[in-house]
Amino acid sequence: MGAPQLPLVLHLADNALVLGQRNAEWCGHAPVLEEDIALANHSLDLIGQARMLYQHAAQLMGEGHTEDSLAYFRDAPAFRNFTLLELPHHGPLAAGGGSDRDFATTLVRNFLYAAWALGMWTRLSQGKDPQLAAIAAKAIKETRYHWQHSSDWVIRLGDGTSESQRRAQAAVDHLMPYTQEFWAPLAHEEAALLMGVSLQDVQFQNEWNLLIDAVLAQASLARPADGGFLSSGNHGIHSEHMTYLLGEMQSLARAHPHAVW
Amino acid sequence: MYTQALDIHPQLAAPLIATEDAHKQTHFEETINREGKIEPRDWMPAYYRKTLVRQISQHAHSEIVGMLPEGNWISRAPSLKRKAILIAKVQDEGGHGLYLYSAAETLGTSRDQMLEALHTGRAKYSSIFNYPTLTWADVGVIGWLVDGAAIMNQIPLCRCSYGPYARAMVRICKEESFHQRQGFESLMVMMQGTPEQQAMVQDAVNRWWWKCLAMFGPPDSDSPNSEQSKRWGIKRISNDDLRQSFIDATVPQAKVMGVSLPDPDLKWNEERQHHDYGAIDWDEFWDTVNGKGPCNKERLATRVKAWEDGAWVREAALAFANKQHVRQTKEAA
Amino acid sequence: MSANAATEWPLWEVFVRSKQGLEHRHCGSLHASDASHAMQMARDVYTRRQEGVSLWVVASAQIHASEPHDKAALFEPASDKIFRHPSFYDIPGDVGHM
Repeated sequence: MGAPQLPLVLHLADNALVLGQRNAEWCGHAPVLEEDIALANHSLDLIGQARMLYQHAAQLMGEGHTEDSLAYFRDAPAFRNFTLLELPHHGPLAAGGGSDRDFATTLVRNFLYAAWALGMWTRLSQGKDPQLAAIAAKAIKETRYHWQHSSDWVIRLGDGTSESQRRAQAAVDHLMPYTQEFWAPLAHEEAALLMGVSLQDVQFQNEWNLLIDAVLAQASLARPADGGFLSSGNHGIHSEHMTYLLGEMQSLARAHPHAVW
Repeated sequence: MYTQALDIHPQLAAPLIATEDAHKQTHFEETINREGKIEPRDWMPAYYRKTLVRQISQHAHSEIVGMLPEGNWISRAPSLKRKAILIAKVQDEGGHGLYLYSAAETLGTSRDQMLEALHTGRAKYSSIFNYPTLTWADVGVIGWLVDGAAIMNQIPLCRCSYGPYARAMVRICKEESFHQRQGFESLMVMMQGTPEQQAMVQDAVNRWWWKCLAMFGPPDSDSPNSEQSKRWGIKRISNDDLRQSFIDATVPQAKVMGVSLPDPDLKWNEERQHHDYGAIDWDEFWDTVNGKGPCNKERLATRVKAWEDGAWVREAALAFANKQHVRQTKEAA
Repeated sequence: MSANAATEWPLWEVFVRSKQGLEHRHCGSLHASDASHAMQMARDVYTRRQEGVSLWVVASAQIHASEPHDKAALFEPASDKIFRHPSFYDIPGDVGHM
C-alpha cells in the first residue's frame, strides 16, 4: 500500500462520520427548535468533513473505492473512530434503553471532541499532505463554532439548575474516561508522524487539558480521575454499540449492493 | 411546507365596530384593496388577527411535524451525499417552522402558547404528515409530490396582505426550490437503477399520490366562506384550482420519470385543457384529519416527548442567564 | 407544561447585513436564553446559506416602534420640505451629473 497516511485519513473520516451520525439522531427531538437547527448544522459539518476525508482515502486506495464503499461496506473492526464518538446519548445506568437522548451527554461529548479536533486540525493544516491541509483549513472554522456551541452549553448546564448540574456531571463522569484513548498509543500515529505531525504528544494533551479544565471550572463541574477501562476504537476494537450503529446506518445500502443512489 | 385550507365561520366574519374604530377599519380596508401590507402595529379586525394566528401557527406546526417522517430515514440514507442532502432539507424545515412561529408572534401570541395548542391537540398540522415513510423512495416522493404541492400553495402566500407572513413566505419559497428538485432527482436516479429500486419508487408513488391530492383540501363547493380569506389576501387561489395546477404540472414529470400515477381516470381533456382525474376518498382524508390516521398519535407523542424531555434544558439555560445577569449587575454596581 | 412567560426563553429580533449589503435588515426573530446564545442561534437559523455577514440581535422588549397613528406627526412634515430632495433643484445640463 503506497499511501502511508491512509490509517490517519480513515481514522479522521470515521470520527467525523460516526459523530455526525450520532448528532443527526437529535433531528426533530431537540429541547427547542433552535437547537434542532444547531445540531443539524453540526451534523452536516461533520458529514461534510467525512465526505472529503473518505474521498481522499478512496483516491489513495484506488481499486474502485469510493466514499460510499468505505462508509457502507466496511465492518466494525475496519472502523478507526474513537470509541467516545459511537456511544449512545446516555450513560450506562440511564433508564429507558438505547433510544433515549440525554442532551447533557451529547453536548459534553461534542465539547470533549471539539477541543481535540481544534488541536488536530491546527496540526494537520501544517502537515505534509496538502489535501489534508486543505481539508483542515476548512474544517477548523467549523470546529471553532462547534467548540463555542458545545462549551457554552456545558457552562449553561453545569451552572444552570441543580438538575442540569447533576446531569452534566453524570455525563462528564461517564464520558471523560473515554478521552484517555486520545493520548494512549494510537494505531495511526506512525501515519501521522510521516505527515509531519504527532497526535499523541504531551504538548497536544496539555493544550487539550487547559481548554477542558477552564470550561469545567466555569461550569462548576468536577473532573474524574484518570484510570479504569481504556477504550480502543482507533485500533478497530469497539464497544458493543458500534455494530448497532453500523447495522442501522449501512442496512439499506447493503440491501442493494449494486445500486446507485 | 403546507397548511390545509381553513374553514371560516360566517357568523364571526361580520365585524361589529365602534365608531372610533371606523377610521382605522377604513384604513385597513383601503390597504387591503390596494394590495398593500398590514404590519404588526396596524389596526386589524380581531377576526383577521385570529385567522392569521391560526393559519400561520398551523403552517409552522406542519413544518415541525414534517421533520419527523423524513427524519426517520436520515440514519439509514444509502449514500453520504443523500444523507447530507436529507439532513439539510430537514434542517430547512425546522428553519421554516421557526420563521413562521416568528411571524405569528408578531400578532400577539407566543411560541410556548402555540406549542401548547399543538401538544394538547387544539391546533392542527397538515395531515399529510400522519402517514408513514415506509421506504427510502418515500423520502424522494415527499420531496417531489408533497413539497411540489406545498410550493403551489406557498407562492401565492408571498403576496398575502400580512407583512411578516408574506416576508416569511418569500424566504421559505427561496429555500423550497431545492427541496422539490432533490426529491425528483433522487427518484430519477432510482428509476434508472435496479429493478428493486424502480419497484420501490412505484410503490411509494402508489401510496402517496392520492394523499397529496387531498392535501389541497376539500372541493370549494364544501367551503363557501373562502371569500373572506380571498379578500384579505390570505388565501388567493381555490383548493380545486391549486389541485388542478398541481396535477397538470406533475403528469409530464411522472412521464419523464417513468412512473405511472395510480389513477385509471387520469387523462387529458382537450376541451378543458386540463387533466381529468378520479374521485378522492374524502372520508379517509377526514378520518386522518380527525386523528384516526396511521401515525397521528406517534407524531404528536414524539413532539410532546421532545418538549417535556427538554424542559430541564430550557430551565437550565434560563437559570444560567439569570445568574449571569445578577453577576453583571453586581459587577457594575 | 402550561405556557408560562417566566419559563419561556426571551424573544430576540435578528438583523443581518449580507456581504454585498449596505445595511442590516430585519429578517425575523428567535428565542434564546441570552445574547450570545441568540447570536449563535441567529447564525444557524438566518445565515447558514450566506458567507461573510454581520449579525445584530436585539431583545424584542428593547425595541421601540413608532405607532401607526403617529405616522402623520412623524413623517408628513417631511413632505412639505421638498427642498431636501435633489429633484427640486434644476441643474443646468452642461454642469454634468450631480
